[in-house]
Amino acid sequence: MTEIIVVTSGKGGVGKTTTSASIACGLARRGKRVAVIDFDIGLRNLDLIMGCERRVVYDFVNVIQGECTLKQALIKDKRIESLYVLAASQTRDKDALSSEGVRKVLDDLTADGFDFIICDSPAGIEKGAHLAMYFADRAVVVVNPEVSSVRDSDRILGLLASKTQRAEQGNGGVKEHLLLTRYSPRRVATGEMMSVDDVKEILGLDVVGVVPESVDVLSASNAGVPVILNAESDASLAYEDAVARLLGETVPLRFVTEPKKGFFARIFGG
Amino acid sequence: MGLLALFRRTPSSANIARERLRIIVQQERSARGGPDYLPLLRRELLEVIRKYVNVDPAAVQVNVEREDGQEVLEFSVALPEKARAPGS
Repeated sequence: MTEIIVVTSGKGGVGKTTTSASIACGLARRGKRVAVIDFDIGLRNLDLIMGCERRVVYDFVNVIQGECTLKQALIKDKRIESLYVLAASQTRDKDALSSEGVRKVLDDLTADGFDFIICDSPAGIEKGAHLAMYFADRAVVVVNPEVSSVRDSDRILGLLASKTQRAEQGNGGVKEHLLLTRYSPRRVATGEMMSVDDVKEILGLDVVGVVPESVDVLSASNAGVPVILNAESDASLAYEDAVARLLGETVPLRFVTEPKKGFFARIFGG
Repeated sequence: MGLLALFRRTPSSANIARERLRIIVQQERSARGGPDYLPLLRRELLEVIRKYVNVDPAAVQVNVEREDGQEVLEFSVALPEKARAPGS
């Protein structure tokens, strides 16, 4: 059984591609066969985050337009055996994607025996975002604890509930999960940032992960190594937990509260 | 957060964000899937009501309910405790 998971958010810059890359790596490291697809036609970045930008010969649009085979366009990850990347086209525009073309690629990956297909959605609510979510079984909605991100993600929830194949067929719809990124327990404690529970309650979603704000995310993208592979990082452990939850395991949330301060720190602030 | 914070009584910015989002998300959800004229209808109703009573924008709810193949336009206004016309 192949599961198609869209990673989406509405708002840009909240961590969709970072999340797609880390979840894909995490699932593949657990022995699943995983393909991760960049739907951001014209602004591709997943290849950079995955560190395979110099190995892109053919892309998603080439496959859809029949200019190469799917096999030729899938880039095999050099670190994890069962992980493949399908890059977006950098030169075409988003109209190069067609619903039938996307369906064919997803069907072919399914027939090829992939366990998971991760669709990295572009920001916005236009064609690329629409096609990234249309065939999904599940959605990971990436949200920053910040007003515009939360509101935009609610708009995306509305689209997931109406403009997807599962919604149209009426078979239970797309299963939605909330993944909070750039979370700062310290700022939540001082009342400067909404908490996990606040966002969860506003959106009414179950939480699949909370990734703390971390300097390691930038260094991971600098290096082209998905942050989940940096075993020393809190962000890596948080993504690892999210992957476990996606696979149905029950894992308690970490990194959501600030480590306890000492007596003097509490009295004098700090 | 030091000792001084104990004496501060202003709501935190996170609380403000949460309350604002609660209202706007609820509003946008109630308009979703309904006819396109709902947001405008809501706004115009609010304007009319405000001529007489100074109600909060969040106090006006317009919903379309579907029951047994019938659509019901449901409309509720929570009046403030001391209702009075603005400027009176």
